[in-house]
Amino acid sequence: MKKNYVADCSNWVLDRFPLTKLWNDHMAQYYAPRNFNFWYFFGSLALLVLVNQLVTGILLTMNYKPDANLAFDSVEYIMREVPWGWLVRYMHSTGASAFFIVVYLHMFRGLIYGSYKQPRELVWIFGMLLFVALMAEAFMGYLLPWGQMSYWGAQVIISLFSAIPIIGDDLSLWVRGDYVISDATLNRFFAFHVIAIPLILLMLIFLHIVALHEVGSNNPDGIDIKASKDPWGHPVDGIPFHPYYTVKDIVGVSVFLFFFATVLFYMPEMGGYFLEHANFIPADPLATPEHIAPVWYFTPFYAILRAIPDKFAGVIAMGGAIFVLFLLPWLDRSPVKSIRYRGGIYKKAILLFVISFLGLGYLGMQAPTAGATMMARVFTAIYFGFFLLMPIYTRWETTKPVPKRLSEQPTIEDRIPGWVSTAKEMVHEVSVEKDGETVTRTRPSPQGIKTVLIRTAKNLKESLD
Amino acid sequence: MKNLFKIWLLLLLPLGAFASSGIELEDADIDLSDYQSLENGAQLYVKYCLGCHSVKYMRYLNLADDFKIDQQEILDQVAPEGAGIYDKMLTAMNGHDAKKWFGTRPPDLSLIARSRGEDWLVSYLKGFYADKTKALGVNNTVFPSVGMPNPLWQLQGEQQAIIKKIDGRDVITKLVITEKGSMTPKQFDKAVNDITAFLVYASEPHQEERRSMGKYVLLFILLFGVIAYLLKKEYWKDVH
Repeated sequence: MKKNYVADCSNWVLDRFPLTKLWNDHMAQYYAPRNFNFWYFFGSLALLVLVNQLVTGILLTMNYKPDANLAFDSVEYIMREVPWGWLVRYMHSTGASAFFIVVYLHMFRGLIYGSYKQPRELVWIFGMLLFVALMAEAFMGYLLPWGQMSYWGAQVIISLFSAIPIIGDDLSLWVRGDYVISDATLNRFFAFHVIAIPLILLMLIFLHIVALHEVGSNNPDGIDIKASKDPWGHPVDGIPFHPYYTVKDIVGVSVFLFFFATVLFYMPEMGGYFLEHANFIPADPLATPEHIAPVWYFTPFYAILRAIPDKFAGVIAMGGAIFVLFLLPWLDRSPVKSIRYRGGIYKKAILLFVISFLGLGYLGMQAPTAGATMMARVFTAIYFGFFLLMPIYTRWETTKPVPKRLSEQPTIEDRIPGWVSTAKEMVHEVSVEKDGETVTRTRPSPQGIKTVLIRTAKNLKESLD
Repeated sequence: MKNLFKIWLLLLLPLGAFASSGIELEDADIDLSDYQSLENGAQLYVKYCLGCHSVKYMRYLNLADDFKIDQQEILDQVAPEGAGIYDKMLTAMNGHDAKKWFGTRPPDLSLIARSRGEDWLVSYLKGFYADKTKALGVNNTVFPSVGMPNPLWQLQGEQQAIIKKIDGRDVITKLVITEKGSMTPKQFDKAVNDITAFLVYASEPHQEERRSMGKYVLLFILLFGVIAYLLKKEYWKDVH
């Protein structure tokens, strides 16, 4: 009989490694709720952006020089001389901002659908550790181009350590390896950025996913799908992750890539938000820029730091703003998970929280004025109030009854006709004189816009009850 | 299709807008596919700016390649005498002397268009006016107390500032030419615009390639998205 070498080889591996079991446990027989909506794209997108950062990062290190005298020039060398270097560099710099957009949306999903609640507390904790590691990764990476903002941003943030009583000065000296940000700092940040923190990130992602797959994914209804199973023991409201969610996530990937490529090819600096203008000036320890602002993804926390009059208290508040997120699973005492079945108080609280988070993000980019500082204080109070008062208002409010099975909600495809008719409502046909002829043109209709706005406001008010 | 694409870019535009400083800047009118303008800008740059400011990331060869001009023409028309085609656009001024003369080393301008912006550059080059209180006898509307003389004064002539008191503060309302230069204001505007165009090009030589590639990449992603969507629909037919 003829020997099948291919089958023999694969059997040899399968006898020794649980490849089929792994594939089935995590993909082909991992049952996910069938009602994932828009918000559920961002987990897989975070993974995509991570891979992008790893691949482009490896390519960048091949030409980047972690040396205070050469770093800036080597980045320009990549931008100009290295074949496709500009593309790789922009993929990495745009990817950094994209990573935070995706991760913030991913975290917001967890917040509105109660994905952090029992039994997914550990998934949330690993996720929060990932967020902290990601911030460290981004912060250290931002020093590497060795521009003015790289330099002075790092200078400001590391000097925060010196606000700690007694050990502060020695601690910041130890972190920098010098009295100011210097070559020593650049080298250690490079080591952390390309080796230490990526390893931690990968390990945490492994833990995040293992913990998730142990308890199963949450869903927009916040219902345990394992409560109703079919005769074969599969959740009735579950579908295998592969192929259903793999093919669905690919659609999400293409939409994401469309945005990503638009930014990358047409506005890689994003008007100074993704690549700050002052970072095109080489680092100069003797010239402090008049306005030092961190990159946009740190600005909410930076605004909290500046809002507190005392430096040490500010550092505590900034750290506390991140630490309080770790406690979320225990702060929330509501019996229901999803925002769909929560009471009006929580919905209003989360709206205020979103406004204050975005507000802080904006204020963190602006130069501090008296009015701006006052606003930042109000927003900081709301930010902490949202979390610290949560044990009270979530227990107190009345929730709606949660169904046993997943509810039917319109999908994006179902909603499109509604959006189109709303858009049509806002315009009307007008006769215009053009070159002596009368032609009909579509123009915005004030009356239509007014009715749509009133209806939207009414709907919003209703949905907040 | 083209309009749709423009709308898409317009929708994203507000995200890219950034806060402006107090002074109103003039609009630069730059076309990076106009190689003649870029060559003219490079020529003017070498003549009037390179004496102090290097563009150290550029070589004369880059200009020849990117403007699709003969190397010999770049050497004859643009590069300073004695420069080779592989030379970087370095300044002949010695840094030590520069410090003695101006108090600081004139910065390299390879990336100035990215740190300041094209509108700022145009406004700066046109914004010099006579001011006796300053050591160099000139001041600038967008860069007050700048430590640099007007390198283009022969072309532009001399400008005086019309100052009015508004809310108790001296505000420059207008600059007027009091001594004619060798160029008419229109010619001078074009010269400034060309220099700025050259600096914008030099700040990111691959930017035209980047923009022109973008549409093909987006088109590919669009096609990919349509196929991905149809695939998803096919798979999800049986999910209720």
